[in-house]
Amino acid sequence: MKLEMRPQPSSFWAYASPVLALLVTVAIGIGLFMALGKDPVKGLQVFFWEPIKSPYALGELLVKATPLLIIALGLAVCFRSNVWNIGAEGQFVIGALAAGGVALLADKTTGPWIVPAILAAGVGGGMAWAGITALLRDRFNANEILVSLMLVYVADLILNFMVFGPWKDPAGYNFPQTRTFDAVTQIPRLMPGSRVTIGIVLALAGVGALWLYLYRTYAGFAQEVSGVAPAASRYAGFSSRRALWVALLVSGGAAGLAGALEVAGPIGQLTPYVPAGYGFAAIIVAFVGRLHPVGVVFSAILMSMFYIGGELAQSRLGLPKSITGVFQGLLLFNLLACDTLIAYRFRLFESKPLSPSSQGAR
Amino acid sequence: MTASSTPSGHSAAAPRLQLSGISKSYPGVVANSGIALRVQPGQIHAVLGENGAGKSTLMKIIYGAVKPDAGSMAMDGQPVAVRNPQEARALGISMVFQHFSLFDTLSVAENVWLGLDKRLNLAEVSRRIVETTRAYGLQLDPARPVHTLSVGERQRVEIVRALMTNPRLLILDEPTSVLTPQAVENLFVTLRTLSQQGCSILYISHKLHEIRALCTACTVLRAGKVSGACDPRAETNASLSRLMIGAEPPALVRRVVKTGDIVLEVKQLDLAREDQFGVDLSQVALQVRAGEVVGIAGVSGNGQRELLYALSGEDTRAASGSIVVKGQGVGHMSPARRRRLGLHFVPEERLGRGAVPSLSLARNLLLTRKDSVGAGGWLSIGRLQAQARQTIERYQVRCGGPQAVAKSLSGGNLQKFIMGREIDAGPALLIVSQPTWGVDVGAASQIRGELLKLAGAGCAVLVVSEELDELFEICDRLHVMAKGQLSPSLPRADATVEKVGLWMSGLWAPAPAAGSAA
Repeated sequence: MKLEMRPQPSSFWAYASPVLALLVTVAIGIGLFMALGKDPVKGLQVFFWEPIKSPYALGELLVKATPLLIIALGLAVCFRSNVWNIGAEGQFVIGALAAGGVALLADKTTGPWIVPAILAAGVGGGMAWAGITALLRDRFNANEILVSLMLVYVADLILNFMVFGPWKDPAGYNFPQTRTFDAVTQIPRLMPGSRVTIGIVLALAGVGALWLYLYRTYAGFAQEVSGVAPAASRYAGFSSRRALWVALLVSGGAAGLAGALEVAGPIGQLTPYVPAGYGFAAIIVAFVGRLHPVGVVFSAILMSMFYIGGELAQSRLGLPKSITGVFQGLLLFNLLACDTLIAYRFRLFESKPLSPSSQGAR
Repeated sequence: MTASSTPSGHSAAAPRLQLSGISKSYPGVVANSGIALRVQPGQIHAVLGENGAGKSTLMKIIYGAVKPDAGSMAMDGQPVAVRNPQEARALGISMVFQHFSLFDTLSVAENVWLGLDKRLNLAEVSRRIVETTRAYGLQLDPARPVHTLSVGERQRVEIVRALMTNPRLLILDEPTSVLTPQAVENLFVTLRTLSQQGCSILYISHKLHEIRALCTACTVLRAGKVSGACDPRAETNASLSRLMIGAEPPALVRRVVKTGDIVLEVKQLDLAREDQFGVDLSQVALQVRAGEVVGIAGVSGNGQRELLYALSGEDTRAASGSIVVKGQGVGHMSPARRRRLGLHFVPEERLGRGAVPSLSLARNLLLTRKDSVGAGGWLSIGRLQAQARQTIERYQVRCGGPQAVAKSLSGGNLQKFIMGREIDAGPALLIVSQPTWGVDVGAASQIRGELLKLAGAGCAVLVVSEELDELFEICDRLHVMAKGQLSPSLPRADATVEKVGLWMSGLWAPAPAAGSAA
């Protein structure tokens, strides 16, 4: 058996590869549950059935999918431009911090205008944090992968400083957290009794906006060309600096928005536990979704299942919560492996080697 | 003598190399189908064919770099199976590739050493290089680092490396594409010496006059099959061309040149190199008038790339007034602004620069054409598709339609599409680099015809090419580029291969009288 280059990349496998990757991940998951002495059927149920079996569960699924989707949409722009922003987690944290700062200003007399202000602060915070990476890359040609990644840890430390220090709730029994935000700052919910907020509406609007940008605008075309063919971009006269800034500001702004929606939504205060790994998981979401606005929707929901499944596996099956990370990693690696099939195919029989004796046989 | 070292037991009349029924197919394309070939000892045997006819695949099969699906091979009457290049070398087969495989940071001797018996030490290798170069009248200093060598000298390293294995069969793949005419003559002298000593040579080329001058036998390939065998000395260019493409390319219509105003003027252009392996431009000056075709000849790597970057706007460091288009200094302008002035450019790299490989032809139009971009930057997909369909039809681009991705097209068809995209923009000045590089003969003559038609319609055309034949065919005037400098202008009537060849080495005399006396 050997791998053979296809005459042209298969469009079938471009879409089928994520599905195959998921199936392989499930298969390895079954093996993993069995090796751990757990019932694989129960294990799969926890990951793939529990999260969708009731309206409440579905709501929770969407609560977790919303930040993943918003961040992944921004990262899709970034990765398509060949800019490697690995620090969405940090931009998420700074966005959350800025949004939290605005939310803390609210008191009994504040009007509902505070919600748009919180969201704007989140976007601004995320953009500013990503802007540092863009500036260093632009001015000093610093590697954006390293800079954005290291800024994640800086962001975490700033958050810790604020909640252990200046913003600590005086009535909070010395717990490292701010006071709970005023009710008026709460991001409006879609329906009573569910934790789903208008964030999911914003995310879906983002899906449409990204699709239009990529496939129906000249600016989106220029952005994409700068990523896939830098020499062609230079030939056409598109600015590579502009592409860099757009990529980082869009992805940073999206991550910041997700941070704002998270702290002023389900969390309701700033704590050291705001960073939940959404920024890193969204990288996988973006790639599994083929950097396509619609594909990202499906992969965000899938990744959200892994999050919820991991928590349930902890309580129901007595497995560590880090099983979530195992599944996320497996999925990404399987996807990369399955992507080989887009450009290559398997041939079962090798062609016969050339030798004088084989001549008679033919 | 190499011939006497053949194992005993076969008759002296057995051919050095005999192939029969060689077939090789890749997914979607049959590269070789039932190929038979017979090379006598000491023969210089040409393998002629268009790009994509299967020449390179066949040579790689002989050299063991590619495994055939079927067929057999015999050397000196003895059946052989060549599984890899090491075995090929053990059998006395050497190959000089079209693209060099040298390490820039190592010296000549070290590079040669890499391909040789490991028991030798570097001093011995150097001594043998000197011996070999002396025996064949080549000049090469074994101690020089490869990155300081010109392309012609690099090829000499490859050839010396091949000669030092005492080959009985030497394969040369398009060896002259990077050489000046004088260097080609030197190479031919070496090859004739080699053949007199009994070494067989397989010479791959699509240049008809070279084959007629050098080779004593010729096998012609078309679409993976042998389409004929002949003695090239008894053939004409036209008859060889018929064997190669099945028809003679249509002759170009000569035209009466009516020149108008100066469209492009380059004055005292100095430009330091952008990357360390580039070339500094120094005092480049040239003029192109409306309606004329001006050519720039020269071996690649003498500053053409840097000049084109400065002209197209991909490099905006040139002084504003040193490049003037229609009376306006454009040195600092972006490519998009120059395009609005009517300057259009077709780069030599089609995939990745002239077109985005992974995008459709329709979207590739957007690189230089904004006809279907509406208010606010919204695209009209319908208009884009229609425009692409028009370009495809008008320039006979063979492809799967406007949605076909650029990389799915053959080199010639993609070049037709890119040329069509720029010509349809109605340029005042079209700059084209290597217009027919890697393009088959039919498409090449179509592209040259389009260029002449464009000039006839009053466009100024500047062509940069390595192919002298092409420049002589379409240009009204010629410049030669060497070492970052541009020669004075030379009317085509005064241009001869010898003179241009001399100029390619940078040897143009300050006064034209001295040049013709030389």
